[in-house]
Amino acid sequence: MSTATAGGPAAPGPPGPPAPGTRRSSIVRTRPWLAACFLLPALVLLGALVVYPIVYSVYRSLFDASGTGFVGLGNYVELFTDDDTLTAIRNNTIWVIVAPTVCTALGLIFAVLTERVRWGTAFKLIVFMPMAISMLAAGIIFRLVYEQDPDRGVANAVWVGIHDTFNEASAWPGARPRPNGDLEKTGGGAYTTGSAVDAADPANLPLVGVPPQDLADAAEASPARPAGDGGITGTVWVDFAKGGGGEPNVVDPGEKALAGVVVEAVRDGRVVATATTGEDGVFTLPAEADGAHLRLPASNFTEAYNGVNWLGPSLITPAIIASYVWMWAGFAMVLIAAGLAGVPRELLEAARVDGANEWQVFRRVTVPVLAPVLAVVLVTLMINVLKIFDLVYIIAPGATQSDANVLALQLYLSSFGTGADQGVGSAIAVLLLLLVVPVMVFNIRRLRREGRR
Amino acid sequence: MRTSVRTTRSRARRAGIALAAALALSLTAACGGGDGGGDKSGGSGNGAGDERESTVELPDLKGQKLQVAAVWTGPEQKNFRRVLDEFEKRTGAEVGFVPTGDNVATFVGSKIEGGAPPDVAMLPQVGVLHQFAEKGWIKPLKAEAREQLEKNFSQGWRDLGAHDGEQYGVYFKAANKSLVWYNTTAFENAGVSEPKTWDEFLETAQTISDSGVPPVSVGGADGWTLTDWFENVYLSQAGPEKYDRLAKHEIKWTDPSVKEALTTLGELFGRKELLAGGNQGALRTEFPKSVTQVFADVQEPQAAMVYEGDFVAVNIGDTEAEIGQDAKVFPFPAVGESSPVVSAGDAAVALKDGEGAHALLTFLASTDAAAIWAEQGGFVSPNKELDTSVYPDDVQRDIAEALIAAGDDFRFDMSDQAPAAFGGTKGEGEWKALQDFLADPGDVAGAQRELEAAAAKAYGD
Repeated sequence: MSTATAGGPAAPGPPGPPAPGTRRSSIVRTRPWLAACFLLPALVLLGALVVYPIVYSVYRSLFDASGTGFVGLGNYVELFTDDDTLTAIRNNTIWVIVAPTVCTALGLIFAVLTERVRWGTAFKLIVFMPMAISMLAAGIIFRLVYEQDPDRGVANAVWVGIHDTFNEASAWPGARPRPNGDLEKTGGGAYTTGSAVDAADPANLPLVGVPPQDLADAAEASPARPAGDGGITGTVWVDFAKGGGGEPNVVDPGEKALAGVVVEAVRDGRVVATATTGEDGVFTLPAEADGAHLRLPASNFTEAYNGVNWLGPSLITPAIIASYVWMWAGFAMVLIAAGLAGVPRELLEAARVDGANEWQVFRRVTVPVLAPVLAVVLVTLMINVLKIFDLVYIIAPGATQSDANVLALQLYLSSFGTGADQGVGSAIAVLLLLLVVPVMVFNIRRLRREGRR
Repeated sequence: MRTSVRTTRSRARRAGIALAAALALSLTAACGGGDGGGDKSGGSGNGAGDERESTVELPDLKGQKLQVAAVWTGPEQKNFRRVLDEFEKRTGAEVGFVPTGDNVATFVGSKIEGGAPPDVAMLPQVGVLHQFAEKGWIKPLKAEAREQLEKNFSQGWRDLGAHDGEQYGVYFKAANKSLVWYNTTAFENAGVSEPKTWDEFLETAQTISDSGVPPVSVGGADGWTLTDWFENVYLSQAGPEKYDRLAKHEIKWTDPSVKEALTTLGELFGRKELLAGGNQGALRTEFPKSVTQVFADVQEPQAAMVYEGDFVAVNIGDTEAEIGQDAKVFPFPAVGESSPVVSAGDAAVALKDGEGAHALLTFLASTDAAAIWAEQGGFVSPNKELDTSVYPDDVQRDIAEALIAAGDDFRFDMSDQAPAAFGGTKGEGEWKALQDFLADPGDVAGAQRELEAAAAKAYGD
């Protein structure tokens, strides 16, 4: 490296501190125009593409929306008082901490494990594959993965599948009492009659709100007759005939029965008897239920479990981070695997000979030796994450976009959106630059150290 | 499909050239009819358009090239193309169509700043028209176009295209945004009929819900459908004057009238069983899905009614349902004294002062141009001289007649009049505030505060 630069002025590049070599300094001193000529192309390019935009952004951030009125630091003040931007800053912090860490950790695990399996290369290939997809395409894929409807979104399909394995579906989801009837809501989704039952008078428990397609196979409801032996009878049915009509609270011909509904007789808060309705909707309770209130427990009507609202306000950022990890874990894995290949076998062998178990070898030998590589991966991902935009822009639906906001997205929205204010946009750009600088400095210093080694 | 369109176009162009070569310009239109007889494979639009007598005189523009920018894609673009084809045929000009993407203002703005604007653009927002007029980006109409406009358009529609007393825009395509579309099977099963008032509407919804079908489908994932809901309730309840003042932000969103409207809207949004999928489900439903879930399965719909404009018909077209048979429509129920008529539309404006641009505007203001698209369907013209028999079915005819009958009592979509940051941006302003309201309809005061804060920022006061 050092010999190359000392070799002559032919190496173009940023003007670093001149090496103490006498030849070089003499050329600069005797023929400065030659040095300038060689430096010029690089300087022009860097100036036009890097320095000028940065300086102009800083300058622009001091002006208002129209670009003519000087506002000083006003845009920066607005930045830190605007709710949207504050959310963006908070989310960016979460991103920078979580995403690179998880990616690197996963990459490390994958790399170490794949080294030992036979089909490691194939596995690596698969994990690395998402990197070949553009952020936009990945965003669209995950928009579908997180779809709420379990029939469309994979995430919820899995979640609902697991949930339904452990919880039984209810008989009549969505059914509820006819408004203004005797049945009233009594907490926890159960419905209880307001009046006590009487053995002589069969109890009618009318429900509504059952989708017609669920009733296609149901039998017609029949009015219950008094049991005669002091028992309680009654009917649970859909009090809604097709096409309207029918009298409320009366079992009209054509109205469908609700079979399999659990009816509890409750006295003083205690269940004294339980029955289940038959095909024609009729249930019979023993005589001790006389004078009790009838309750239809919530388990009859629980709505089908609909999964997790991945794209809702609370889960949206973790959900998008997960999609990022899906893309970039492969990148981390490949870099770390390359580093791993360079770890001297003797070290590991020596540790094993000394009686270390595999975990200790990993923890005390592999990871410390890999530390520089891990740092590279972590820092690269941090820089990458700071400017995350596409995934958030595509995955977050309109209603939760502001909950998922990150700085790069806010930058875009405020500079090119409809209420465009490029002053504020430039201020955000400058803020982003300031946030990236420490990471960059760290990276450059580390590279220098490496170069010296 | 593509080839047939292309052959139609090239035939039209050839015909145009031949005509222009042979005849004086005043005769061009009449000769268009002569060509129609030989046009066998062309679409019905071309054929029918030719039979009609011309009502507008257009100059000879042979060899001129024009560009028109509009938001339309798919079938709408194809239908608009027919209108342009007719213009090409009559004048000999060549007209290119440039799709703008969703944000017309940004697209046209960047084109103007880049120094190469299209000749004519279709602006969907009144606010943008005023903005452009103020910047001097659009050109006032010439006498011929104004003459057509005065003949064919009511004062209300003319005023919408004017800025500071100068006429700039021609409202070529309008939308009636005060319609509730419903699935007839769901209505029959529940035994209900079309409601006239808001209370009847809620009652109907309750009955449908009892019958086991979720009554109202709301496309809450798109904020603009929610602004339309609010506008209809507000216009009907608070009246046109307050509506106008709120649109200009002369009264604040914290006003009692807004509170009343939101509370009324909350009577629907606040009852989970009246919304398809509940509030959270509604928030996740995009507009196209809000339509298809009502009409995709005609016999077992996932919802019974959906509110939006006449353009719902386009989405119904994606399903098996037949408009007029399975899908019917009733006016938005009256919350106050009368049913509201909220409208929207695309105004054609000239960005260059060329002869071609003005000729095209003249043509678009004419009854001839309106008729071509009207008979293709999915289109409502604010042109009062247009014979409504050209609409392809009764439903669309009724919608168009309702719009014309409203005379000058209609009101333009409020969110389209507002600055785009408030009324037209995903995840911001009114869209976001009303989405939050849909998520939590009990919090009227909170929604008002959010609306006012966003409005104050966007209107800059």
